[in-house]
Amino acid sequence: MAMRVARELQDGFYVNLGIGIPTLVANFVPEGMEVMLQSENGLLGMGSFPTEETIDADMINAGKQTVTAVAGASIFSSAESFAMIRGGHVDLTVLGAFEVDVQGNIASWMIPNKLIKGMGGAMDLVAGADNIIVTMTHASKNGDSKLLESCSLPLTGKGCIKKVLTDLAWLEIEDGAFILKERAPGVSVEEIIEKTQGKLIVPDHVPEMQFS
Amino acid sequence: MAGFDKVVSSYEEAMAGLEDGMTVIAGGFGLCGIPENLISEIKKRQTKNLTIVSNNCGVDGFGLGILLEDRQVSKMVSSYVGENALFEKQLLNGELEVELTPQGTLAEKMRAGGAGIPAFYTATGVGTPVAEGKEVREFDGREYLLEESIRGDFAIVKGWKADRYGNVIYRHTAQNFNPLAATAGKITVVEVEELVEVGELDPAHIHTPGIYVDRLIVGQFEKRIEKRTLTES
Repeated sequence: MAMRVARELQDGFYVNLGIGIPTLVANFVPEGMEVMLQSENGLLGMGSFPTEETIDADMINAGKQTVTAVAGASIFSSAESFAMIRGGHVDLTVLGAFEVDVQGNIASWMIPNKLIKGMGGAMDLVAGADNIIVTMTHASKNGDSKLLESCSLPLTGKGCIKKVLTDLAWLEIEDGAFILKERAPGVSVEEIIEKTQGKLIVPDHVPEMQFS
Repeated sequence: MAGFDKVVSSYEEAMAGLEDGMTVIAGGFGLCGIPENLISEIKKRQTKNLTIVSNNCGVDGFGLGILLEDRQVSKMVSSYVGENALFEKQLLNGELEVELTPQGTLAEKMRAGGAGIPAFYTATGVGTPVAEGKEVREFDGREYLLEESIRGDFAIVKGWKADRYGNVIYRHTAQNFNPLAATAGKITVVEVEELVEVGELDPAHIHTPGIYVDRLIVGQFEKRIEKRTLTES
């Protein structure tokens, strides 16, 4: 999935990667391409994890992991960081979700009657970015679809998602429907139809995903 | 020495005037850039019924987490509180109230509070539980929420270096919410690692100008790491 997201990167992009699968995208930046990673705690130009020699308690990412900064990075306050995010200056945001629906609504932070830990920066990210990719599994472990007609969980953002990548498919959201654009290697269109609860438009030809 | 000299000699003096029921805004993100010793002083003072505004609530036994041990906190305003078992217990028992606030909205609430702006509109949270009870207004065909700014009776801040006049710089990502918190306290207390001579810091590189700072103290810091992640070599 991370490899497929990496194909959406463009040279000179400023990118915010959420925790989990999105973080892995950093490993697949094509050679010769420059991408700057934004971490919402106040770092533009996040580098790799440090070594024993360079580890620094004052240098962390939004997942609270110790990191380094690349040459040309900048560090700033949380307000400055979210000015970048809310002002639409970040070119691509990649984040996980529990559910997405045909209206582009996303639910990713709260399951009622379970402990609520908080939304962190997710609501700001989905409200501020124009180009967002949601990465998640197509269905839950019980087989329940996560691509719905209408989200059942409390929302993180309303009408803000246009692109979804699952373990089965690449889909885009347009005019109240998911449009099946690509299928993962070895996955049939029938399986995607079966596991998509919201309205799904299937073109005549659905190509298999390419990774390079 | 008086005038612009903000330096106080003890933590007791640094937090003098803190009373039950007050609102305290704290800098820090996770355990990074937290005012460790000012938090310990609040614990020592046993001030109760506090409202704490901070992105997170520390962990069990460290950071703001230690204020939960003697139930000193009645309300937290935070964006993420997932690292703390005692927090969870008090929340479920109803001993603690939490106002979950999107991280960017929280930062802007502090910034606006410090800048004399009582409220602002933002697209963050529209159509979500955060919007409940808040005014929604449309600008250029898009909906925005009215969010009120925050001021604290106290702001507690962790800096790297400062001069006696209270000009502060922060180190790396330990900056985070600190400069915002510094603007939003009626009494802003900053603790730093190092006191430098007035004139030593480049005026163009000051993060928090001394005008925001009421009290300054030099401390020793543990700087605990929450998630130690290393490159495999």
